[in-house]
Amino acid sequence: MSQAPPAQRASLLGERPADPDGPQNALQAGWTSLREALHAEWTKLRTLPGTIWLLAGIIAATVAVSSAATAAMSCPSRGCSVDPAKLSLTGIDLSQAVVAILAVAAISSEYSTGMIRSTLTAMPRRTTMLAAKAAVVTGLVLAAGTIAVLGSLLAGRLFLSSHGFTPAHGYPSLSLGDGPVLRAAAGSVLYLALIALLSLGIATIIRDSGAAIGTVLGLLYLSPIIAAVVRSPHWHNDIERYAPMSAGLAIQATTGLRSLPISPWAGLGVLAAWAAAAVLGGGLLLRLRDA
Amino acid sequence: MTAQVTTPYRPPREEARDGFAQLLRAEWTKFRTVRGWVIGMVVAALVTVGLGLLIAGGGSSTCQNSPTSPVLSGAACLPPVPVGPGGQAVTDQFYFVRQPLAGNGSITVRVPALTGLYANGATAVGSPMTRGLQPWSKAGVIIQASTRPGSAYGAMMVTGRRGVRMQDDYTHDTAGLPGAVSAASPRWLRLTRSGDTLTGYDSADGTHWTRVGTVRLAGLPSTVQAGLFATSPAHSTVISKSFGGGSTSGGPSLDTAVFDHVSLSGTSPGAAWTGDAVGGQATGGAASSGAGSGAGSGAAEGFHQADGRFTVTGSGDIAPLVFDPAGSGFPTSTIERGLQGAFAGLIAVVVVAVMFITAEYRRGMIRTTLAASPRRGRVLAAKAIVAGAVTFAAGLAAALVTVPLAQRLDRAKGSYVLPVTSLTEIRVIVGTAAVLAVAAVLAVAIGTVLRRSAGAVTAVIVVIVLPYILGIASVLPVGAENWLLRVTPAAAFAVQQSLPAYPQVNAGYTPTAGYFPLAPWAGFAVLCAWAALALALATVLLRRRDA
Repeated sequence: MSQAPPAQRASLLGERPADPDGPQNALQAGWTSLREALHAEWTKLRTLPGTIWLLAGIIAATVAVSSAATAAMSCPSRGCSVDPAKLSLTGIDLSQAVVAILAVAAISSEYSTGMIRSTLTAMPRRTTMLAAKAAVVTGLVLAAGTIAVLGSLLAGRLFLSSHGFTPAHGYPSLSLGDGPVLRAAAGSVLYLALIALLSLGIATIIRDSGAAIGTVLGLLYLSPIIAAVVRSPHWHNDIERYAPMSAGLAIQATTGLRSLPISPWAGLGVLAAWAAAAVLGGGLLLRLRDA
Repeated sequence: MTAQVTTPYRPPREEARDGFAQLLRAEWTKFRTVRGWVIGMVVAALVTVGLGLLIAGGGSSTCQNSPTSPVLSGAACLPPVPVGPGGQAVTDQFYFVRQPLAGNGSITVRVPALTGLYANGATAVGSPMTRGLQPWSKAGVIIQASTRPGSAYGAMMVTGRRGVRMQDDYTHDTAGLPGAVSAASPRWLRLTRSGDTLTGYDSADGTHWTRVGTVRLAGLPSTVQAGLFATSPAHSTVISKSFGGGSTSGGPSLDTAVFDHVSLSGTSPGAAWTGDAVGGQATGGAASSGAGSGAGSGAAEGFHQADGRFTVTGSGDIAPLVFDPAGSGFPTSTIERGLQGAFAGLIAVVVVAVMFITAEYRRGMIRTTLAASPRRGRVLAAKAIVAGAVTFAAGLAAALVTVPLAQRLDRAKGSYVLPVTSLTEIRVIVGTAAVLAVAAVLAVAIGTVLRRSAGAVTAVIVVIVLPYILGIASVLPVGAENWLLRVTPAAAFAVQQSLPAYPQVNAGYTPTAGYFPLAPWAGFAVLCAWAALALALATVLLRRRDA
């Protein structure tokens, strides 16, 4: 990234005098700096050797676990009470961890190498830098997530129809033309993107990669374990409703919606609130603290 | 790993300073002087305890003895649960037609019929019950130390679908003649007492007898209760739901057995048969409303004697009480429930253990470390030992605090904590600490292989925690769940399972309910094997690669 300073230096020099000229120019300067920040972040992330492997890992993890889950399930007769779309997207449980690595590394690696100081010298508007990072990471996760989800649904369609999930048993084959299936598919992609934002926000707050990823995974994976053992159904429902993973994954449900503790889109909204809180908290601390 | 790597220039005396104890001390100094790691370990212990107590203390159960009595909550709801000779909680509820038997003797009967009735959850109260036997509906002859629930016994019985069995002291079960009972193929049963020893025989014709088993009941009093019994456990059907586990629907059941050719030999102080409903309704659950629902169909617990034929109807079970969150009549809990907080501790431990090695790479410290101690395998071993030992200490402290406190909280909130022997309790506590310690060793190894914190932390957490989540989530078929908990490092949590699954009790023995497919230490061995494999890979890579 430090190999591309001319453009940034120009923006740095250009934006300062532009500010007093009026809000119109300030806005324009803001856009320019965001565009350049995006370009810088894109270059950084693109040229890291790990990025492409992590993106491939997202796709591979999702499709592999989903295929294994659908291959293990069979439906010998009517009334299997299995949600085929949710089952076909089981791999998201694993690939969210890979998404978390990608998002945490995007910011923590800058802190561990001291790169953050160069970044902030080149781009003194810290929130712009964070927004650009968030946009680039989210964009990459959306792209990889789309491929992963489509691959998983395709695998699920192939495996499930050969394991008794046939129209005769009450299961039409999975198709994106079906409203709830489309919601589960698009929602799963958005889920991964929101996990990326949540991880990025937490990593900005904690800064150390190991501690940040531990916090993210604890936040995600502990809730189903706790929910399984709490005694009171009231607490159980509250955990399912407000914990990021269980609430967010409600978007994958296509059957039995009425028995869900939270409706699909509201669940994704809960996760979005978690992600927003993490990113805003990270942005605030980034402004307040020394790098 | 010896001759080629060490520098030949060193005099032999220097070798002592390069000893393994020094290496351990160096690694321990590194660990204890990084404040973040020490804090991390303390946090691991604290979250384990805190989350465990939150789980045990959350939500109190309420109960009401009858529609007009006041609603009780918490510990006031705990029913009296009999405890068997082995120290485990038991269900001891059956209809007993008995006579006292002084000294040695034997009882022989022929069972020409066994029929049953059961109510389903969907059946309206008062409507007729459905005909049918439960797999473990039981009737036969029994010799019990006394009529106190939970006392020692031995019994020969015919069952609904499991043939003739000999059972004793609630947990032991031996198979006899297979096949169902009918008028065309009756079963003859005989139980003989000689001192402390009971011997069971079965026969299809009353002339050719086969010994099924011999049991010793230590401390059997000289006068025991001998007679006929019938009992039938609650009917249950598992309804699997899409998410969040299966639910069971069921109801009480009754069975009725016909006995003839009854002969009791030995010294019998009283010659008349008396009938008792042993256990009453106190053990709750299984058939607390058996008699009530049975009244609607004209059947109830009791016995009828005419022309040497006895007809005995009973409900309940003589069996260990198992942990079955879906099927039990009152809230039960296990000693390991509070230890679920260990998953939070595990995550903290993994973060610290991974950093213990990756921080060396990040700071370039690894070059100093390896220059000071060129035998790389030993460096890794020292690191693994220090990380494992520190984690074991933290985990042990956390488990020692959590288990007794969580039990007290559980009881205060109205859950009956199923008792286990002290040995089992020690195994659960030490096992939890050991699982955390081996997870830390695995984390050091994976950290050495990947050299990056984020990737290594994620890899270790995902291989241990994710299979467990998928194993208990009821998303996958039970076969796949069991398979996951057999081969992945998550198998290690079997060491926390305090109660065994009894084949002679029908219950949902699923991972969701806390029943693991592997035996406790076998599951732990699976994690150890993974850690050893990772450690071997890490040693090879550490030797081959430049630091």
